[in-house]
Amino acid sequence: MSVKVVIIGAGHGGVQAAASLREEGFEGEMVLISEENDLPYQKPPLSKGYLQGKQSEEAILFRSPHFFQNHQIDLRLGVNIAQLDTEGQLVITKEGETIDYTHLILATGATNRKLTMEGAADVLYLRTLADAKAIAHRLDTARKIAIIGGGFIGLELAALAQEKCKEVSVIEAQSRLMERVLPAVISDVFQKTHEECGVQVHLNALTKSIENHCIITKEGKKIEADLILAGIGVIPETSLAEEAGIACENGILVNEFQQTSVANIYAIGDCANHYNAFAQKRIRLESVQNAVDQAKTAVNHVLGKTQPYHAVPWFWTNQYHLKLQMAGISAGFDRYVLRGDVDADKFSVYYFQENRLIAVDSLNRPADHLNARKLLAAQISPTDAQIGDLNVNLNQLLG
Amino acid sequence: MPKVIYIENNGTEHQVDLPLGATLMEGAVQNDIKGIVAECGGSCMCATCHIYVDEQFMGLLPEMEEEENEMLEGATAERMSNSRLGCQVRISNKLDGVIVRIPEKQ
Ligand SMILES: Cc1cc2nc3c(=O)[nH]c(=O)nc-3n(C[C@H](O)[C@H](O)[C@H](O)COP(=O)(O)OP(=O)(O)OC[C@H]3O[C@@H](n4cnc5c(N)ncnc54)[C@H](O)[C@@H]3O)c2cc1C
Ligand code: FES
Repeated sequence: MSVKVVIIGAGHGGVQAAASLREEGFEGEMVLISEENDLPYQKPPLSKGYLQGKQSEEAILFRSPHFFQNHQIDLRLGVNIAQLDTEGQLVITKEGETIDYTHLILATGATNRKLTMEGAADVLYLRTLADAKAIAHRLDTARKIAIIGGGFIGLELAALAQEKCKEVSVIEAQSRLMERVLPAVISDVFQKTHEECGVQVHLNALTKSIENHCIITKEGKKIEADLILAGIGVIPETSLAEEAGIACENGILVNEFQQTSVANIYAIGDCANHYNAFAQKRIRLESVQNAVDQAKTAVNHVLGKTQPYHAVPWFWTNQYHLKLQMAGISAGFDRYVLRGDVDADKFSVYYFQENRLIAVDSLNRPADHLNARKLLAAQISPTDAQIGDLNVNLNQLLG
Repeated sequence: MPKVIYIENNGTEHQVDLPLGATLMEGAVQNDIKGIVAECGGSCMCATCHIYVDEQFMGLLPEMEEEENEMLEGATAERMSNSRLGCQVRISNKLDGVIVRIPEKQ
């Protein structure tokens, strides 16, 4: 039987899988399904250039409309898949239409975690272009904006709202901004910058209820706002897989080739729980890098080439003049070494675990970041002295 | 609309019209030019939109910011005097007819 690939989800993973299949010479049938009505677009700019008004809707599309036609990619927009039939090798739409496959790629991403407390119905979240449009519309007229969650997306929203001269507050339950993934030396720079720009940062503040445009925290603080946004994490979209009996645990479980517990069904991107060599454990990653590289891994396997997933994780965030680029996974570090000038907001943090370099975060030091990705891929650990000395060009260690 | 001539690494030439204000990276991606990856979508974060701009147009380009300069240092293909990041160069009427070569690797 000839190979027919069906891809569910046309975000970073799904679109990359479709493009890679053709780049790698696949000539068979391919269907790319998205429940969204918009042409496939990139998500990172939503909380950056798009809502800032610097990038248009066209500028954030992955590809032109012709691309899908020219490459015989049967793109079905506005189609929700309700069920999988793994025995019959069919996906079933909400309307009951069936589409057959020999290989299925689940690139279903994640959905936003929502607040459930009283008064939370009015809160807006950001995941899709449709969400961004709804926020843009409200942002125009809002004066006071409160953002629940001091993670990447919440803080990017805070920065762009502040730049639009709004009164902005951020409400974070932890004791630092982006505490889960960053050390104090970096979170502190972000907090200082937000505060200097006029954002009210409330730490150790747990939202208890929302009444009449006012957030009330467990500690009794009251924060008024005419627009409330929240960025409090995501839940992997695993419902199709779970209902079909595919093994899931904090995401869809996959092997090093992105195969799920059903051999001709793959999962990639935000929804895939994989063993990550850089984290040295099973994790889910929510990043463009991970979605793109896992798409390539799955495609290779579909086409009979076995190249296990082994890519250096990387991620970025943009807030005001602060550009943070992260390479590797720093969780579990036992010490770090600094390079550059902390007071000038221009430094990198090199994380070690048992004297092995495991991650590097670079703030306004893009060359360090690109070098770090190469060091991590090659498993080269610079010495403390080399890191500390700006006269040492770390690219020389790469030979 | 200003014209851009993209030359892929294997020599394939594409002449395309770009709307004013589009970046050379967007022009390449939207017109299916091979060899531009643009993983970060134009945020100057990934250095996978590296291009070589024909020397005769170099003087007409917008000036390079320090961050682009630093990113280019880490680009995969060799950096040359006419290297730029495609996402940092917006097309203008001055640049009509600009020739853009795509490196071998990103
Ligand atoms: C605002 C924002 C900013 C971000 N910024 C960055 C950043 O700066 N850097 C970075 O690396 N990452 C960033 N990310 C994360 C990054 O965008 C994600 O990791 C990436 O989109 C994951 O790709 P994916 O293909 O796994 O899922 P997604 O891109 O989420 O795509 C999944 C698609 O599947 C569709 N779908 C799901 N179920 C079904 C179904 N049953 N039927 C049909 N369609 C379905 C969904 O509607 C969606 O369109 C950001 C994310 C957001 C939301
Ligand atoms: S697109 Fe990433 S640096 Fe240009």
